[in-house]
Amino acid sequence: MNGVPLGAYIGLGMFMFTTGVVGVVVRRNPIVIFMCIELMLNSVNLTFLAFARYQMVTKVADSTALQNSLMAGQMMVIFVMAVAAAEVAVGLGIIMAIYRLRDNVDIDELNLLRG
Amino acid sequence: MNHAAGGVPVTPELLLFGAVAGAAALCAVGVVAFNNAIRSALCLVVNFFLLAFLYFTLNAEMLGITQIVVYTGAIMVLFLFVIMLLNLGAPNLLVEKRDPKKYLGILLGCGMFVLLGSQVLPELIKVHAAPLTPELAKFGGPEAIGRTLFTSYMYPFEAVSVLLLIGIVGSILLAKRRI
Repeated sequence: MNGVPLGAYIGLGMFMFTTGVVGVVVRRNPIVIFMCIELMLNSVNLTFLAFARYQMVTKVADSTALQNSLMAGQMMVIFVMAVAAAEVAVGLGIIMAIYRLRDNVDIDELNLLRG
Repeated sequence: MNHAAGGVPVTPELLLFGAVAGAAALCAVGVVAFNNAIRSALCLVVNFFLLAFLYFTLNAEMLGITQIVVYTGAIMVLFLFVIMLLNLGAPNLLVEKRDPKKYLGILLGCGMFVLLGSQVLPELIKVHAAPLTPELAKFGGPEAIGRTLFTSYMYPFEAVSVLLLIGIVGSILLAKRRI
């Protein structure tokens, strides 16, 4: 979209990232905390794609350099998605294991590692 | 053409973006604000769909589709599955008590947003995208992504595949009856 400045996309990404940070700090339900982490990862994805699109302004010499500079952001988003999928699978498995152990998943009462 | 604050001309595209971005931001707040975990998850699904739409507007069609398939299709189903399994949908299982941490967190979040925004946004609000030529437009499609992924990014791709394999093994191990 041509009429939208880069700052609008970055502003939305920043707002979502801040919301995710506040959620991680404030909430006590571990599943909601995971959702907030997903929110942060997605806001970073949006920022990557926005920068990848808006740096098309710069003139690049040949087509290989152009392709490299255009695809770097999208590649990073693909890898973030893969890491997020792995993280969610393992993290939810850990939450399930804790729930079976304690019958309670309140994050403030999990002090198994305290000496 | 009338100008909004900051000297940005108000175009139909900007209004459309504002509507989608406002809805996405509202859903993001909903994820944090709702007490019920299922409502948070549904807010997150809507947020991911709107983000996929924004990816389309950023000329990343392939990643928009991937966003819908991977996030709303796979990850959110996993979330909802675990919520139902743990029966955390029951509203009073995990009553969130009032504590000063909540207000402190919101205050710190606002401070972080203001700090980042005041540094970054005044410059970036002036940057506009180059017009999309047909040659540039094909960089968001599956062909360009696949070609790059299997040539320049071959080793990261293999590393990610190993990571996903470890994730599969780890989640199976964690889900076993006796650890």
